[in-house]
Amino acid sequence: MSDDVLTRGAPALPTRLPIRLIDENGDPVSTTRSAGFEIPDEDTILSLYRRMVLARRFDAQVTALTRQGRLATYPSALGQEACEISAVAALGREDWLFPTYRDTIALLTRGVSPVEILSFFRGDWHTGFDPYEHRISPQATPLATQALHAVGLATAARLASDSVVALTMLGDGSTSEGDAHEAFNFASVWQAPVVFLIQNNHWAISVPFEKQSHARTLADRAIGYGMPGYFVDGNDVAAMFAVTSAAVGRARSGGGPTMIEGLTYRMEAHTNSDDPRRYREKSDEAKWKLLDPVERIEKYLLNIGALTDTVRMDIAEAGEVLAAATRDAMNTEPVLDPLELFDHVYRADRPALREQREFLARELATAEDGSTP
Amino acid sequence: MTILDDPKLLVAADTDAHPTTVSISSALNAALRDALADDPTVVIFGEDVGPLGGVFRVTDSLAHEFGESRVWDSPLAESGIVGTAIGMAMYGLRPVVEMQFDAFSYPAFEQITSHLAKMANRTKGRVTLPIVIRIPYAGGIGGVEHHSDSSEAYWTHTPGLTVVTPSNPADAYSMLREAIASDDPVIFLEPKSRYWVKDVVTLPARTAPMTRALVLREGTDVTLLAYGPTVKTALQAAEIGALEGLSIEVIDLRSLSPFDDETVGSSVRKTSRAAVIHEAAQFGGYGAEVAARVTERQFFHLSAPILRIAGFDIPYPSPKLEEHYLPTAERVLAALDTWEW
Ligand SMILES: Cc1ncc(C[n+]2csc(CCOP(=O)(O)OP(=O)(O)O)c2C)c(N)n1
Repeated sequence: MSDDVLTRGAPALPTRLPIRLIDENGDPVSTTRSAGFEIPDEDTILSLYRRMVLARRFDAQVTALTRQGRLATYPSALGQEACEISAVAALGREDWLFPTYRDTIALLTRGVSPVEILSFFRGDWHTGFDPYEHRISPQATPLATQALHAVGLATAARLASDSVVALTMLGDGSTSEGDAHEAFNFASVWQAPVVFLIQNNHWAISVPFEKQSHARTLADRAIGYGMPGYFVDGNDVAAMFAVTSAAVGRARSGGGPTMIEGLTYRMEAHTNSDDPRRYREKSDEAKWKLLDPVERIEKYLLNIGALTDTVRMDIAEAGEVLAAATRDAMNTEPVLDPLELFDHVYRADRPALREQREFLARELATAEDGSTP
Repeated sequence: MTILDDPKLLVAADTDAHPTTVSISSALNAALRDALADDPTVVIFGEDVGPLGGVFRVTDSLAHEFGESRVWDSPLAESGIVGTAIGMAMYGLRPVVEMQFDAFSYPAFEQITSHLAKMANRTKGRVTLPIVIRIPYAGGIGGVEHHSDSSEAYWTHTPGLTVVTPSNPADAYSMLREAIASDDPVIFLEPKSRYWVKDVVTLPARTAPMTRALVLREGTDVTLLAYGPTVKTALQAAEIGALEGLSIEVIDLRSLSPFDDETVGSSVRKTSRAAVIHEAAQFGGYGAEVAARVTERQFFHLSAPILRIAGFDIPYPSPKLEEHYLPTAERVLAALDTWEW
């Protein structure tokens, strides 16, 4: 582990090249690229690999179900598994995750069931899971807003002297939002135990990174906020996990916030309703395909002789079980009660809402009778 | 008779408490102090709310008394203030945050409308956000631009928010305590021009529930609906009207969302005429909702259309011209004169 990571009050400057521990051929890189971080042990890598493969299988299944019209929308994280799984793997049970719409596989990896995760994307009005059970906030759609919630929660935990860290996920585009700036600054001023994990997947819908920022890297911003910033190969799960774990540890021990930029690529369209042919070249996608995060770590495990056929088959089988469960969950129509729309807007009783609820109830009853209201 | 003279509404919880002269600002200060003392989860932060005590001194000496972990100055960013309050509330705190002036709450608009107002709903009630956003609002203080907005309609139009505004010191205390205790997020609008108006009040005061409107003055000819800074205008109009033989009932709405249909309805059924007074621009303003709502419910009891005496549909004017913009008692009475009687 790098010394500077644990040095309180002395922000680290991001490296010129992204921190990388394993290259695209699955070989360990020279120490000049590692910035003092070390490849996690074999068991850890195996467990990260397993979770990445399962997440990818789930993601592919959900994309397929969306094409079949089973979900209203789905933003895929294909190609971003190293970042997504590292974020979750670096957190403890007591910690909190503040994800975006992109990070569904992170929720899956943290233990939320497919049916609960997907209830929102399939068109329900609420987040299907209990945020307190999983310590995951609802997936945020208004860009960068959730980063401030993470800072607030982490600050409350710090005020209570609880050993809780909040990790928030951000896209490259969302770092242009004012809330991103406010979150970085508040976190640093308050020395909140927060990790900002920016997935620079190069695209914000159709807009390339160059049109979001003229900075060399997003991680370079960290120094201006007085926190360490790490520029990391976001398709190298060994590097992502090592850096994120260090940042979580630093936050937990009172060292304050850290900004991490994982350089990755959104292999799918923005969502199922997007058409990347309108704004990017196939060759760009092909170039990134060669840097695939799952294949890379698989090669590494094969190279060191840690991946047996039995283990691979095991994981593949678990993937099929997960995919089948996901299909089953999405192939049953959700039971939505329109009257429930009124029930959680306020805790306090509202006569006017009660009246509107009764109005809709009467309308529904009339519709059921077959008579026109 | 005003609410302050009504013994039914004003019960001093503390037996050895005695009446003192307090302003709205000091009543709010007392409410915050008592809330901090009673509930360790209450925290206060915002711009200049620490050692300075806020630009209107509402948080005066609280940082000193309760320490920096309960009351502190945050970085200067309104979205950040509300956004971090949301995270704190998710962890069990009850943040009371201050927007320095009405128009400076706009940077927090997204956090308020997209998260604060919706979190309980989108989590099926699993996450509640007991947050109070205090906003000094409205004009009449000679403020330069951006310091006199009445932004209530933005908030009342947002489902999930409760919006209240006191008009006197006893209510200021009681309603703020109730807002802090509420599990729903509350936008607490403080009429700037009334901050220093004093009353003799026994604190801690417990007035009517914050979601109820109150009849401040009884009358039989007209119901004037007012809130925050215009309550005084309505009472003045009623006083002058009385000299001219017009019996005006004055209702302080207190709660803008929810709207107290019951209290307003029974008054309007009695008087058959109503007018609503506010400082905000008329078009699309809160008065439009009041007029529509009361008309829908009380149409057959009404003898005349409901009037709105409001600000013009222009940006709030400069200090030297604001007197021409603000609704006055004379303007209210002139408006009532336009009805056929
Ligand atoms: C405040 C706000 N503005 C616009 C949008 C619409 N929108 C949704 S996703 C998106 C692109 C975000 O890009 P990025 O932050 O890079 O994340 P990615 O989708 O690539 O994961 C936009 C513009 C939004 N959700 N919120």
